[in-house]
Amino acid sequence: MIWKTAEYSGWGRALKVTGEIARPERRADLLALPPAPAFGLRRSYGDAPTNGAGRAIDMTRLDRLISFDPATGLLEAEAGVRIGDLAALFAPKGWLPAVMPGTGFATIGGCIAQDVHGKNHHNAGSFAQHVTRLTLLMQGELVEVAAGTPLFRATAGGLGQTGVIVSATVQMVPCKGAAMMVTERRAENWEEHLAYLDASTATHTVGWIDGTAKGASLGRGIVEEGESSAGLVKDHVPVATVPMNAPHFALSAPIVRAFNEVYYRRVPARGRTTVKPVGAFFFPLDKILEWNRLYGRRGFHQFQCVVPLASAPALREMLEEIAGSGLCSPLAVLKRMGPGRAGYLSFPMEGYTLAIDFPNRDAARALIRRLEGRTVEAGGRLYFAKDSLAEGTAMRAMYPELPEWRDEVRRADPNGDMITDLVRRLGLRSAA
Amino acid sequence: MMNTTWIILGASSAMARATARALAEQGAGLLLAGRDAGELALIAADCRLRGARMAEAVAFDARDPSTFAPLLARAAAEEGELNAAVFTGSMPPQAEIDSNPALIGGVLADNFAGPAEFLHMLAPMLEARGGGCIVGVGSVAGDRGRLGNYAYGAAKAAFHTYLSGLRNRLARAGAHVVTVKPGFVDTAMTWGLPGMFLVAPPEAVARAILRAVRKRRNVIYTPFFWRWIMAIIRLVPEPVFKKLKI
Repeated sequence: MIWKTAEYSGWGRALKVTGEIARPERRADLLALPPAPAFGLRRSYGDAPTNGAGRAIDMTRLDRLISFDPATGLLEAEAGVRIGDLAALFAPKGWLPAVMPGTGFATIGGCIAQDVHGKNHHNAGSFAQHVTRLTLLMQGELVEVAAGTPLFRATAGGLGQTGVIVSATVQMVPCKGAAMMVTERRAENWEEHLAYLDASTATHTVGWIDGTAKGASLGRGIVEEGESSAGLVKDHVPVATVPMNAPHFALSAPIVRAFNEVYYRRVPARGRTTVKPVGAFFFPLDKILEWNRLYGRRGFHQFQCVVPLASAPALREMLEEIAGSGLCSPLAVLKRMGPGRAGYLSFPMEGYTLAIDFPNRDAARALIRRLEGRTVEAGGRLYFAKDSLAEGTAMRAMYPELPEWRDEVRRADPNGDMITDLVRRLGLRSAA
Repeated sequence: MMNTTWIILGASSAMARATARALAEQGAGLLLAGRDAGELALIAADCRLRGARMAEAVAFDARDPSTFAPLLARAAAEEGELNAAVFTGSMPPQAEIDSNPALIGGVLADNFAGPAEFLHMLAPMLEARGGGCIVGVGSVAGDRGRLGNYAYGAAKAAFHTYLSGLRNRLARAGAHVVTVKPGFVDTAMTWGLPGMFLVAPPEAVARAILRAVRKRRNVIYTPFFWRWIMAIIRLVPEPVFKKLKI
């Protein structure tokens, strides 16, 4: 059978749809399919990978490496290749993808379609800035797209709307080996946290934030800095799978508070430097497979915004509201971003980005809506890879290059065959 | 593994790709045989980048025995231990076979006659080299004829019996034969079929195959619990079984 009817969702599992999915096993199978939007391992949280109204193509079986040139570091691979597999395979040979998102299960196609960023965004920019060319299945034809062209800028961060990304050539960067030298420091409060992030000269810098800490401890957390390193380390392999949906109290406020306290104290007050496997630094949560089940049957949402540097006080107010709500989960990240972005709809802007998970409850949805309002006021923007709740008018206003993107997409997909649930919900392709 | 070569028949199937990739990571040489040359070239490049000593696409069609000798000649050129893994097979829906019984010839060719003829040509090479291993992928469907796919099951049963005899023969020369009987595997063959349960990823089957080769197992079921499921299904007396719809 080519089309399988199944219930599926993004990683957050809050928006589930039932639709028809094809999963081509061979290149020729893909080319024979009628046009439909594609997805990879569905690590976007909301409805970016789903098309409940119609059909979608699962690209995970088209995951071959095509060529690698050790003289230039250019790697060509199919869209279904996972970033974590690239890191595991190439780090021992002295190469890493220039940009890696927080999970190694993201595919190359997904990393381009969301123009993802990593812990080195302040230095290296976004993922698609290191893509030199890609092959797109556009209206039934394979089209080569070179970096810098308008079609490329509409495809990078373009949510799959220009066509199916079949393969791409990415620039790998040299590394010292399969290890990372990691320095962790406690930041006692918001001001210290931002000061550490601002002053960091490390290649990779990210802050874990205790979203339950209030008052004088508001914004406390751990700032992690990483540099490539040689050395002998264990392989980073999954140690467990969450076997089923957790009960709703698994991530209730007292448990999260207790967890965060332990997690914060685990790093000594004077800080520490350790050597970790590459995977443990870049993809810490990949150690537990299917961890999204911890949020139970109803799933969860991630709120992620970026605000300009000058709006740091507004971000502090958001954090105050989050800490006061008692809804936060242990997963909360603060990072200073640079200006690097590759596409019309790329998320990054120079500023601070805050990402926090919330269980899918009425109160959390209301909180996220208020945070979205604050993001607008702060001149910031929300991330399509995470969003499942935003309202179209506000979201569209956050992306000033939306008209350029629309023009390109209209040419690439005149019949709207590639429209996904997210694009439909936010009205991204309808004229403003 | 550096001095071993594996012939992979039906190399573009999901289970074959996972197995080829696992062998590539161990540095084996690979002759990837099948019909879709473009696809096999992609798989070969992938295997080389993942560590294969050598990986080449070679034409092979189970229904065209003229493709067998050139593949054998190519394999003969590789020194060291020679192995083969057979993933060729096809499973048209039983309903299509019921309305067009002529399809049975093709089912037999893909699942049994073609691979058996090829292995029969390969066997003297393994005997001459005094070692090597043949992996034959059959199916739990070959353990008992069932309403849903008994033409396919009959072809797989024939292949199981052939592999059993070949194992008997090659054991005398120090070579080994592993019969693999997968249950439901997450491939194009089972995609979207109703009634699938406990579906195993192809990578798990590949791991089981490599373990079986290493431990020189004779017959494996993968995942392992299919051995017990099929033991029960085989025990059902025929007067009862003929009335069942499983």
